[in-house]
Amino acid sequence: MPAENNRDDILLSVDHISLSFGGVRALEDINFDIRQKEIFAIIGPNGAGKTSMLNVINGFYHPQQGEIQFKGLHRKQMRPHEAAVQGIARTFQNVALFKGMSTLNNIMSGRNLKMKSNLFWQALYYGPARKEEMENREVVEDIIDFLEIQSIRRTPVGKLPYGLQKRVELGRALAMEPELLLLDEPMAGMNIEEKQDMCRFILDINEQYGTTIVLIEHDMGVVMDLSERLIVLDYGRKIAEGTPDEIRGNQKVIDAYLGVAHTN
Amino acid sequence: MTEDDVKKDNAFDTIPKLMLYHSKQRGQSPANRQKELGIWKSWTWAEVADEVSNLACGLASLGFQRGDKLAVIGNNRPRLYWSMVATQVLGGIPVPLYQDSVAEEMLYVLENADVKYAIVQNQEQTDKLLEIKDRLPNLEHICYEEPRGMRNYSQDYIHYYKDIQKSGETFRSENPDFFLSEIEKSHGSDIAIFLYTSGTTGNPKGVVLTFDNLIISSRNGIKFDSLTCEEEVLAYLPMAWVGDNIFSFGQAYVAGFCVNCPENSETVTTDLKEIGPTYYFAPPAIYENVLTKVMIRMEDAGRIKRIMFKYFMDLAKSVGIKILDGKPVSIKDRLLYSAGNLLVYGPLRNNLGLSRTRLAYTAGEAIGPEIFEFFRSLGINIKQLYGQTEATVFVCAQPDGEVKADTVGKAYPGVELRLSEENEVFYRSPGVFHSYYKSPESTAETKDSDGWVATGDAGFYDEDGHLKIIDRAKDVGQMKDGTMFAPKYIENKLKFFPYIKEVVAFGNEKVFASALICIDIEAVGNWAERRNLAYSGYTDLSAREEVYDLVQECVKTVNTDLARDEKLRGSQIKRYLLLHKELDADDGEITRTRKVRRRIIADKYGELIEALDDPQQTHREIESQMTFEDGRVGNVQADLQIREVTMD
Repeated sequence: MPAENNRDDILLSVDHISLSFGGVRALEDINFDIRQKEIFAIIGPNGAGKTSMLNVINGFYHPQQGEIQFKGLHRKQMRPHEAAVQGIARTFQNVALFKGMSTLNNIMSGRNLKMKSNLFWQALYYGPARKEEMENREVVEDIIDFLEIQSIRRTPVGKLPYGLQKRVELGRALAMEPELLLLDEPMAGMNIEEKQDMCRFILDINEQYGTTIVLIEHDMGVVMDLSERLIVLDYGRKIAEGTPDEIRGNQKVIDAYLGVAHTN
Repeated sequence: MTEDDVKKDNAFDTIPKLMLYHSKQRGQSPANRQKELGIWKSWTWAEVADEVSNLACGLASLGFQRGDKLAVIGNNRPRLYWSMVATQVLGGIPVPLYQDSVAEEMLYVLENADVKYAIVQNQEQTDKLLEIKDRLPNLEHICYEEPRGMRNYSQDYIHYYKDIQKSGETFRSENPDFFLSEIEKSHGSDIAIFLYTSGTTGNPKGVVLTFDNLIISSRNGIKFDSLTCEEEVLAYLPMAWVGDNIFSFGQAYVAGFCVNCPENSETVTTDLKEIGPTYYFAPPAIYENVLTKVMIRMEDAGRIKRIMFKYFMDLAKSVGIKILDGKPVSIKDRLLYSAGNLLVYGPLRNNLGLSRTRLAYTAGEAIGPEIFEFFRSLGINIKQLYGQTEATVFVCAQPDGEVKADTVGKAYPGVELRLSEENEVFYRSPGVFHSYYKSPESTAETKDSDGWVATGDAGFYDEDGHLKIIDRAKDVGQMKDGTMFAPKYIENKLKFFPYIKEVVAFGNEKVFASALICIDIEAVGNWAERRNLAYSGYTDLSAREEVYDLVQECVKTVNTDLARDEKLRGSQIKRYLLLHKELDADDGEITRTRKVRRRIIADKYGELIEALDDPQQTHREIESQMTFEDGRVGNVQADLQIREVTMD
């Protein structure tokens, strides 16, 4: 399916991206568009290149070929912090938080880019730094309220159960007020109730903040319920793109997941 | 009481009038606090009067009529309390509901109470109402307090709380006298609130309480415990429960103290610590939880801390309660106790959020003597209370200095008590409810024409004239020799031992009492591990001689205790056995809330009960079915030993 480049609500378009590590081709000629305010999913079997794709989008990997267009700006290479400044935030497959710091401080660290005062004032905690800290704290408290984690505000995240750590990580990504939120397996290792909560949060983020969300997930039920459109990767290639209903009946996808009999 | 006081009491005979009184008397003192976005936000009495006035006027502009019923559903929030007052201002009747009920459970109450308006906390509660709205023709308007997630609700009968207040402001500027003249129309004898009792059998009943019920009961309580306008309470128990309507509503409006609402139901422990209430209420389960947490944390503490804790807690056990009750204690112990206060008790109280607590109550269930004494020895004045919705809480309470773990105290000021021949407790008081809504028959069954109310509980007076509640009156039986047999009383006494999880006692129409006992696998397992006692599982462990010896001691202690009461002396446990499996809700032996189902147990273990009754039998083989966690059903076989206990 050709990418419709003529639409005017495209937030991010991935144009003929190829990425290889030495002889291993992780991604091969990938094309797709992400529209504004949609929930977009990337699925595929293990090792299909899903996480690599996210890493390319937020500038962690630099593809050998192709380019990415975000908010109308073309780019070949970008560093992760530049991606962050432009409004791309992400969470990781394995939780990557500061384990010894409280929930509040972890989420506060997501506000780092929004802090303008210099180290001198921050160290003194006086004047502009103090005012800024208070403003940012307000935003963080809104997020804490939104994610319903008031009761763990002061708890070091290392002590929290896994499901809650994932929620804190989502909170930190939200603290950046991103336009594009990349979620790498947000429900991995969660029980059904935690998954339901997480689904509700993702939908609420999308609706309330109007954030565009790209999501990698293995739980097919979740993907089919949440996402408006999705692409399927297999061995670094895009094998399908479409709405959940279109993907469900796609023979290539079924083959990729269930395997096909090889006849000699 | 001076004549002026009486005049004042008569003039302020409704909650809205009291609110106006405080807004003038102490307009700048805090009336409510709530933690929002990590910060305690407070409202003064003057601000509360303003908020209530806007809301009441807003409701009036929606068409609220005198006598209309308004449901209040949600966690404890200032705005929901104000909704109750605003309803009362307009001569309506607030009906608070249990916020964790599912929609179907709410349906009955909303229908029975003819609810026309509902003010709810959030989207969750709104959704519940929408689910059943087409079966509630009377329900006309729903108002929500938290806007989150509510953007896409376009129904014209759904309103945002602040929008109603805004239209109320306009209404008020057009009708400036409306608010005050509406308040003047109500009097003490008018209906103030409907409180639905959860009802273990059949449908819940709507208990109708008047302003007099609420206010006179609150006033008596304030005098009894000398509460002032300086108190701080944390409102965290359901708003639909009568206790909350006295401790954090009625008494707050009479005395003018501040009611604090937690951020949400999970943050209560932190919020408790931050507020440090001076007046506190909790059911026994909460105190038990706190004690367990403290003990577990102390196990993990360093050696010096552990030794210090043990030394001072032993000291507190021997002298702490005496000091609290103002009894003589040697100077040396007094000094040591103050040192302990500095090193252990003070920091511990602070950590529990109870450092400012002058008065704490527990009620609802029997509390374990150890838990009770732990808190009292720390210097926290925790007392027991016996109450009912129908009595507007107060029936009995323990006066300061006369506190015991196993009584509920003396008749409350203004309450008359009477025991029937079957030992059922009856009372008459200014708090006695008006009626059950739309149910004159059950009103007549419970309350006689002279105003005496049957509690359904059986009890008796101990040597100091304190009432002891022993069981539901219908469960109390008689033994062959005429001794009163109160199974739950005996079972509770045994269950206070950590090694015993469940007990079923038998004795009705029998020559002697006996019991089926289930050990607590965690506590006994731990005990066994510490003495290197190997076991393969529950059945094996509970059949051990050593475990029988352990339980034997518990039963003996209980027997000694029972022997002290003339009336219960004959109901000491003579024979018991340890059951080979835990009582399980999946097998239908207990309810999901862990209440023993006597009839089912009597059927299922009939042969065991027979064997217990027959002094010749020393053991009994049994094969019974049990349901495993995955739903499969299996059979368990065991040969159960029956032991005899000496009786005092």
